[in-house]
Amino acid sequence: MSEKNGNPVEPLKVEEFVPAKAVEPPKSVDELTEEERARLKEVGIDLEAEDKLGLFIQADCGVVSCQCAPEGLELLPITEALKKYDWLREQYLWKAVPAEKDEFTKITAEDLDDGYFVRVFPGEKVIYPLQTCLYIRTDRVAQRVHNIVIVEEGAELHIITGCTTHPHVTSGLHIGVSEFYVKKDAKFTYTMIHEWGENIHVRPRTGIWVEERGVVISNYISLDKVGSIQAFPTCRLKGRGAVGQFNSIIAAPEKAHLDLGSRVILEAPETRAEIISRTVCYGGEVIARGHLVGKAPEIKAHLECQGLMLTDKGYILAIPELEAHVANVDMSHEAAVGKIAREEIEYLMARGLNEEEATSLVVRGFLNVRIEGLPPELQEKIDQAIEESRKGM
Amino acid sequence: MAEIPMLQVKDLWVEVEGKEVLKGVNLTIPVGETHVLFGRNGSGKTSLLMTIMGFPQYRVRHGKILFKGEDITELPPYERAKKGIGIMFQRPPSIKGVKLKEMLELCAKQNGYRIRELAQEFGFERFLEREVNLGFSGGELKKSELLQLLAQDPDLALIDEPESGVDMENIEVIGRMIRKLLQKDIHRPRQKSGLIITHTGFILKYVPADRGYVMLDGKIYCQGNPQEIFEGIQKHGYEECLKCLRRMETPLNL
Repeated sequence: MSEKNGNPVEPLKVEEFVPAKAVEPPKSVDELTEEERARLKEVGIDLEAEDKLGLFIQADCGVVSCQCAPEGLELLPITEALKKYDWLREQYLWKAVPAEKDEFTKITAEDLDDGYFVRVFPGEKVIYPLQTCLYIRTDRVAQRVHNIVIVEEGAELHIITGCTTHPHVTSGLHIGVSEFYVKKDAKFTYTMIHEWGENIHVRPRTGIWVEERGVVISNYISLDKVGSIQAFPTCRLKGRGAVGQFNSIIAAPEKAHLDLGSRVILEAPETRAEIISRTVCYGGEVIARGHLVGKAPEIKAHLECQGLMLTDKGYILAIPELEAHVANVDMSHEAAVGKIAREEIEYLMARGLNEEEATSLVVRGFLNVRIEGLPPELQEKIDQAIEESRKGM
Repeated sequence: MAEIPMLQVKDLWVEVEGKEVLKGVNLTIPVGETHVLFGRNGSGKTSLLMTIMGFPQYRVRHGKILFKGEDITELPPYERAKKGIGIMFQRPPSIKGVKLKEMLELCAKQNGYRIRELAQEFGFERFLEREVNLGFSGGELKKSELLQLLAQDPDLALIDEPESGVDMENIEVIGRMIRKLLQKDIHRPRQKSGLIITHTGFILKYVPADRGYVMLDGKIYCQGNPQEIFEGIQKHGYEECLKCLRRMETPLNL
């Protein structure tokens, strides 16, 4: 047994950070410099693009963009939505994520900066992705975000979230509480790209409820430098035939402390879940978790956790867990951690690639989990990011 | 002045993990010729190909490999590939997450071969979007390998057991692919050379060769007309080769 087993990421002292509200946020995107725009583009947020469906940007505590083109979809800063709709507070706020879960949820419940509220009306299928961006602009800021997404019955929504920091920010704390409610026959895909900085600490707290035949697909990508990330989204498949799919693509450069994974609770019969994680370790510390809980008969759940160690520094600790509470379940997992196969490198070298190019291609292939609904530019960006982070080897 | 041969192997001694696998191999392949290497499993045929390609675990203890007159004995595999040597592996690994199409584009980097057309020609188009070699059958692996070689378009193709694990239907296609690779369907002078390994010899039905060799215990003992050698082996087996050597009083330290 490893002494690393279950070791949480080092505790953070919240009081060492400046509350985001203490800093004057920009009033609009026009105040963002060229340098900042380029940075946002790296996480898929293109301010110049004309064909956007909707764009939400929060810099530090302030919402600088909250615009939405199509009907059938409502996008608001969460603080406004809570004023507008009493039912939001009663039925959704702090339901999928308990406010008293930990110190980070507690301080977010006490004093919220902002966040986004998205609601897709019943039967509306919004095919183009909605883009959201949570951005730390000022050094040493602690950002408290709370997002709620409701995909009503038979509706469909795709969100791409890019999270990043100002190029000159050296430290910060991002707390992001997200509650996603996927109703009967609805479909929701959520792709999150993290590109923080070396001393940025990130504490997402995500809860997802999925009703009958609802589908949720979550893709998480973090390939750049980061201080620490600790995230363990929990998805409850509450209605018969609901489906949950969680993919994570993670690179751990030196100095990164990552404790990441997903938990899916299969509460209703005939629900299905799959968790896939791919981790490349360049010297950082990674705990790759996955927890499947079978509580109803005729469920099917699979967990796949693969790690690639590229150096002798750092570690990967894979913790796949299967938990069954009834007899008639079908649950499985496979976990493998290893190095790059020499055979594959030599094969590629015989085709004219030098050792570096061959290694890069094998790593890229390893991280190439098929992501549904990802626009080609974004796929390109992911490939680029993998290339970039590989250089930090 | 005689033309510089495509490949010259001179008194090559090679070991793998301390074990001697090649014991003084000599071989010359002129430009435009295809030579065939017969021999039992374990006789050193694959080791010779791997050494010509330059894989580091095949340690050259003595001897030289000249490609187009240039000594390449010390070059890494990718340098040799860039100079124009290509290899078809007998058991290629699969590359997860990389599509065959991408792989072919990488192979064709320098000569801009039209990938799709090439795949179409050999009925392999639907494999372009598949991950390289992942879950391929015996025949599919061979086609994948040959398609990569065709994209790479090497001047010297090293081909390891092209017919092994392939059903009769596919062997014809594989034969056609090798013929194209080695310019068998154009009139001489050909520019491409090949070295084909086979222990069954069946590929000769589809690909004509200029010269044949028999390899035994890390050394080439017999050379001549490939068809004649193949018929001899078919009729009498490799046992006869050994007897023949004894008759000829060639020293073979068995």
